[in-house]
Amino acid sequence: MHKILLIIQREYFTRIQKKSFWIASILTPLLITGIYAIPIWLATRDKEIKKVEFLDQSGLFTNESLQSKEVQFELVKGNEESLKKNFLRTDFEALVIVPKDILTQPKTVRIYAEKSISLILQSRIEGIIQDRLRKELLAHAGIQKEAYDKTQVDVSGDTIILSNEGDEKESNSGGIMILAGILGFILYMTVLIYGSQVMNGVIEEKSSRIIEVMVSSVKPIQLMLGKIIGVGLVGLTQFLLWAILTFSFSNVAKVMYGNDLKKEVQSQMVKTAIDKNGKKSTSEDQNADINPLKVVEEVKNSVNIPLLVGCFLFFYFFGYLLYSSLFAAIGSAAESAAEAQQFTFPVTIPIIISFFLAQFTIQEPDSTIAFWASIIPFTSPINMIVRLPYGVPVYELILSMVLLIAGFLGTSWLSARIYRVGILMYGKKLTWKDLSKWLFYKN
Amino acid sequence: MIISIQQVVKRYADHLALNQIDLEIPRGKIFGLLGPNGAGKTSLIRIINQITAPDSGRVLFNEEELNPSHIERIGYLPEERGLYKKMKVGEQLLYLAQLKGMSKSHATEELKKWFIKFDIKDWWNKPVEDLSKGMQQKTQFISTIVHQPELLILDEPFSGFDPINANLLKEEILELKERGTTIIFSTHRMDSVEELCDNVALINHAEVVLKGEKHQIQNDFKKNEYLISFDGNLLNGDSYEIVKMNQNTANIRLKEESTVNQVLAEIMHQVDVKGFNEIIPGFDQIFIEVVSNSNS
Repeated sequence: MHKILLIIQREYFTRIQKKSFWIASILTPLLITGIYAIPIWLATRDKEIKKVEFLDQSGLFTNESLQSKEVQFELVKGNEESLKKNFLRTDFEALVIVPKDILTQPKTVRIYAEKSISLILQSRIEGIIQDRLRKELLAHAGIQKEAYDKTQVDVSGDTIILSNEGDEKESNSGGIMILAGILGFILYMTVLIYGSQVMNGVIEEKSSRIIEVMVSSVKPIQLMLGKIIGVGLVGLTQFLLWAILTFSFSNVAKVMYGNDLKKEVQSQMVKTAIDKNGKKSTSEDQNADINPLKVVEEVKNSVNIPLLVGCFLFFYFFGYLLYSSLFAAIGSAAESAAEAQQFTFPVTIPIIISFFLAQFTIQEPDSTIAFWASIIPFTSPINMIVRLPYGVPVYELILSMVLLIAGFLGTSWLSARIYRVGILMYGKKLTWKDLSKWLFYKN
Repeated sequence: MIISIQQVVKRYADHLALNQIDLEIPRGKIFGLLGPNGAGKTSLIRIINQITAPDSGRVLFNEEELNPSHIERIGYLPEERGLYKKMKVGEQLLYLAQLKGMSKSHATEELKKWFIKFDIKDWWNKPVEDLSKGMQQKTQFISTIVHQPELLILDEPFSGFDPINANLLKEEILELKERGTTIIFSTHRMDSVEELCDNVALINHAEVVLKGEKHQIQNDFKKNEYLISFDGNLLNGDSYEIVKMNQNTANIRLKEESTVNQVLAEIMHQVDVKGFNEIIPGFDQIFIEVVSNSNS
């Protein structure tokens, strides 16, 4: 036991002393914070009001019908050609020309600009023209604008999770899906990355020929488990660093533009409050409805975070153990990374399959396929963690965990038998047949 | 006897590596394990090191059935040597010493002594990959002996050593023997066998074809031949025949029942004898003779 600890220690410390470990540990949280914070930052920044020249040849538009919070329209009169000629000298963002027959030819609006205008500005211009035209057309058809407005109901539902205790928790399906996707992806990446680290570690020991010295001091199984556990702990350390750093980076980001953000959130809260009071929301407001902070809050409320974290660590560790012992066996059969390539395929395939199954599980977490994918040891780590945020019956969770441990014991038994023969085998081109023979070798 | 190997058999999938091996390795001696490549030397060494187990037969260490507690009392320098390239020399040696059951403080203390002895104090914090090959071999040798093993197993220890380091190694081996360490020495370099070994065993095709005390074996293989140097003209005599004639020396073989005195008397009549020495067969010859006999 003491020797396994020594091996774990060495494997762990030599890896976390590497620069690459720290680069990955720091860059990833920066990236996550960036993905999360930059759009918010941009949203709080980009608030200047755009000015647009508006030439109405149809006579439908008045200053009142061109009221908008985000765009300042200025009705101009005059000749189209001269306006175009002078446009570049003005400080207008765009020149909009509405032709005479706009009611019959609604696609003939022309927008001139110095450079391409943003999609948002374009849709705002189109929106305001569309509103006006609709009103006109409704009037032509003899329908009151108010009657039409009443038909424009905006349905929005919140999933509310009921528990036996009678609690009601508001859930957010979109947010949960994102959370499930992120967790599944992290698991997928880490099992692959750390699994192949184990493989490369074994190959290194074999190709540097230290292996024979090692096995004259410790049992091969000790060496294998020590390496696997040591590398696994490096993975856990990395998760911990990611969590801590992501949290602190986002806090730093919050402080840096805290006030802007607060205002933004408040104004959105007001909007949603209005929505809830039954007032119609305009199409613009609907976009603002997706507030990342609100989503995070709702997901936090509806998901059992400690259970999720605990299960994530469990499924990472045992999923990793299961695969990395197979990677160790493959490493033992090869003398170089290139040679190992031919054997890695059958091990990476189940990982990739489980990742594909997870795409399905994330959409149908209660389907039969999702159930089996989250129970069978090879696919269960990724698929169970994807199902978890949606809620999984306790017995299914326990069944999946027990089977995963059993699966790990099975693969590590298998791998240890290949490993102990493979590490001392040199100068032979190996086939799957050789590997399967080793399973039955006596010590 | 420090090691007693009894009826050991080891079979791999496609061949028999060791066939009913019986060997006794006496304590405090240097034991040469000889044999051509693929004869089974490494298989036997791996069994003593408990890297593999025999299919049948027993191995005793100090009259005890071989068990994992013995690992710490054995030092092993494999033929294929290597170290963790990225690790620092000191760290690496500490790690290997601890795996042999030494405490960290004891290992540090002992390692420092060796670093001073080999005059390599400033290597402690260097990564192994920065060392020259000879330096790496010194490092590896220290890792083999730092835990003061009772039994030291050296598989082709001189391969890859330059003459200076080979000599250093030879001196260390003799010094270790002085202090009571038993050394098993696997090689096919016969000059080092003659120089260092007390006992030898020759393995060929998975079997021990020759074993015993070094001088005894050499005696057994003596062909009753002598080398004489002389002035004059030497002819075949009644008590001897000439095997090989050179300018002023000749190899002669004594006929059965002749004595050295008879031969000398006969020669002295013909030539002026300058020197007369018995020819002791080298292990090169013995090796070739035994291996080719057992092959045929």
